Amino acid sequence: MLAFLIRRIGQSAVVVLLMATIVFFGVNLVGDPVHMLVSPEADQAEIARVIQQFGLDRPIVEQYWLFLKGAVQGNLGTSFIFGQPAVGLILERLPATMELAVCALVLAVFFGIPLGVYSGIKPKSRVSQVIMAASIFGFSLPTFWVGIMLIMFFSVQLQLLPSTGRGEVGSFLGIDSSLFTLDGLKHIILPATNLALLKMSMVIRLSRAGTREVMQQDYIKFARAKGLSFGRIVWAHLLKNIMIPVITVLGLEFGSLIAFSVVTESIFAWPGMGKLLIDSVLQLDRPVIVAYLMIVVFLFVAINLVVDVIYSLLDPRVSLTGAKS
Amino acid sequence: MRKYLAATSVAVGLLTGAAYAEDLTIGLASEPTSIDPHYHNLTPNHALSRHIFDTLIGQDQVQNLYPALAVSWKPIDDTTWEVRLREGVKFHDGTDFNADDVIFSFERAPNVPNSPSSMGTYTSGKTLVKVDDFTIHVKTEAPYPLVPNEISQIAIVSDSIKDAATTADFNSGKAAIGTGPYKFKSYVPGGKIEVTGNADYWGGAPEWDKVTFRPIPSAPARVAAVLAGDVDAIDGVPTSDIEALKRSDGDKVSLWQGSSNRVIYLHMDQFRENSPFAKGKDGSAIKNPLLDARVRKALSKAIHRNAIVERVMEKVAIPAGQLLPEGFFGASDKLEVEGYDLEGAKELLAQAGYPDGFELTIHSPNDRYINDAKIAEAIGQMFTRAGLKMHVETMPRTVFFQRASSGAEGGLPEFSLILAGWSAGSGEASSPLKSLIHTFDNERGFGASNRGRHSSPQIDAKIEQALSTVDDEAREALLAEATEMAIEELAIIPLHFQVNTWATRSGLTYQPRTDEFTLAMGVTRE
Repeated sequence: MLAFLIRRIGQSAVVVLLMATIVFFGVNLVGDPVHMLVSPEADQAEIARVIQQFGLDRPIVEQYWLFLKGAVQGNLGTSFIFGQPAVGLILERLPATMELAVCALVLAVFFGIPLGVYSGIKPKSRVSQVIMAASIFGFSLPTFWVGIMLIMFFSVQLQLLPSTGRGEVGSFLGIDSSLFTLDGLKHIILPATNLALLKMSMVIRLSRAGTREVMQQDYIKFARAKGLSFGRIVWAHLLKNIMIPVITVLGLEFGSLIAFSVVTESIFAWPGMGKLLIDSVLQLDRPVIVAYLMIVVFLFVAINLVVDVIYSLLDPRVSLTGAKS
Repeated sequence: MRKYLAATSVAVGLLTGAAYAEDLTIGLASEPTSIDPHYHNLTPNHALSRHIFDTLIGQDQVQNLYPALAVSWKPIDDTTWEVRLREGVKFHDGTDFNADDVIFSFERAPNVPNSPSSMGTYTSGKTLVKVDDFTIHVKTEAPYPLVPNEISQIAIVSDSIKDAATTADFNSGKAAIGTGPYKFKSYVPGGKIEVTGNADYWGGAPEWDKVTFRPIPSAPARVAAVLAGDVDAIDGVPTSDIEALKRSDGDKVSLWQGSSNRVIYLHMDQFRENSPFAKGKDGSAIKNPLLDARVRKALSKAIHRNAIVERVMEKVAIPAGQLLPEGFFGASDKLEVEGYDLEGAKELLAQAGYPDGFELTIHSPNDRYINDAKIAEAIGQMFTRAGLKMHVETMPRTVFFQRASSGAEGGLPEFSLILAGWSAGSGEASSPLKSLIHTFDNERGFGASNRGRHSSPQIDAKIEQALSTVDDEAREALLAEATEMAIEELAIIPLHFQVNTWATRSGLTYQPRTDEFTLAMGVTRE
């Protein structure tokens, strides 16, 4: 286990360094942030001052070297727009995004797996066909459109739920979250649903395919022949065996839920990291974009590691010593 | 049962009605980047700061100056302005306002660390001297008439925060102490900004007990938020939604429109013998046709401004014949909007030696001004009709402005014909004249946005003369003359003035502003 971890961390370091290079040059060679930030009324001297303040008057290689030096010390640069350390700016928005991602993931799992298993066990029933048809919509409708439709229906027409924004933040066991207040829960229903739809469809399809495959297996037939109750078969034999692909995908998807819920956060004016990213891209706040992508790289590397560990817990055949193979 | 329901709904209605009567929520298209009023010279920041802070001189909804923390201002000699301050004003923390706060604010304003666009633009060249507790002298090196306009941009903060005056201290609220009509309450970046009414405001208690600003950058979501009643007012209503809102939701929301000080215009390459995006129809290199005033005139005549306003802008714009809408200080009353005259345009092109036209590319941002890419496409079609072979290229502003300003070798403008916009922050004509029309001059800070590099010594002389004429009437005439000369020579081709639209829930009114500020002070109950 330890050897595996050390090896994986070594590989990860290489990935991170490569990404840092690609991201830094990719972001720094496009456009000009100074013209985005300086007031049009400013004269040439003010423009020169800002260029110097951002260090944009130095050669790009020198800028890269300074960035790497800072990164090693945990400093990924200072936001051009807010004048604050980029990492702090991003982490400040992390709780809001985590809330949304966790809610979406919970929705996706709690609705997706039962629906998928059901339509896998009874593939020919009317209900299954409806579920499968709906999941195609979940896949193919663009997120921003569904988001606007949710707002139009539930907020404008029915006036049931607030249209945008994050609700009051409550405190519970030392954690601040809008999930602890009624107002906060009301605010999160629509964006979380919007974010969950695509993932839910994916979970439905994966668990349906898994179920259909596993139901044909000899051990299921044997369990039936043994006279086990249907519920016991599903819980003990079916679910355990279809969970591995589902968890792999959900692990990766959880990363993308946190990192790239840009569209949903923008539409619902959710003050999370995704909205910060899109704002930074639009205004060319380079340090924030670079820091964001670096954090995302870390996140994915970490999640992959965790997924591997969960594998070994779920499936005893997977061993993490790995070195001999 | 029905009666019971009706009764509860009335009760609920009364309750929410009462709650709404005191509080106001505004959905903003663009979010301020800080609470610090001196940190970033940016419209949303200025608009927010007007709630918490006062300036010495205020700008009303059409950018006329009015006394705020200063009760009067006048030049006492060529290079000195005397400003008398209002007495008896208190800061939110109870301390008294006096000349020391003004001196401190003007010292701090241009020197905020990490500022992405400093207030130095307005404070440079001015020295403030305290004469007594309520009198200030503003000294300039040369006669300078724009002193009142420029000091009207600087928010006055309390000098009691001297030790804690970092931008972070403003954002946390510790240093956000002003004299304004509202007091800082809370700030969650990306989430909301809350201010509460200052009952002791020197100008009378404000209309609202509590105002919440919520950034909602997505336009459809912003419109939905006001329709759903989540916010009471929004700015930046998209032109495509205006008709539908008027038609179907007239009972739920009211729309408020006002012309802005922003002109949308074309800049033409007027400094290169060979312009990179102007070629012969067969693609061969030709002498830059835009150097010929007849060609520029022909282009201006070929533009059907009314069609752009009606079709592209859905009637939410005003055709422009100069740099600022009529009524602004320094706008000419002689200039008319160039009429659409296709035949005349073709004739002028023939006279200039281009009977068959030439090839030209128009470059435009696609995310900066209202419908900018669509306007560029319309212009492309109109010039095609006049016989040119047109290409239209649009790009995000992050790329556009860099290439348009300094994309070519030697830091020169890259394009031959661009579409851009200019908003006169000072509310008078010297702002566009100085930046768009005056010859590009790095040393003296003129023509910073003159991306066509038109250069005329006569116009330069007029602008400079106006900028050193303190007498209002004489200066207004000089600015109007400079504008007339610039339009006569077609230094730029003005297209239209943007009109901004705000929406409120019905029962509220909004006072539109030419400077595009969205202010809670402008929202009143009917």
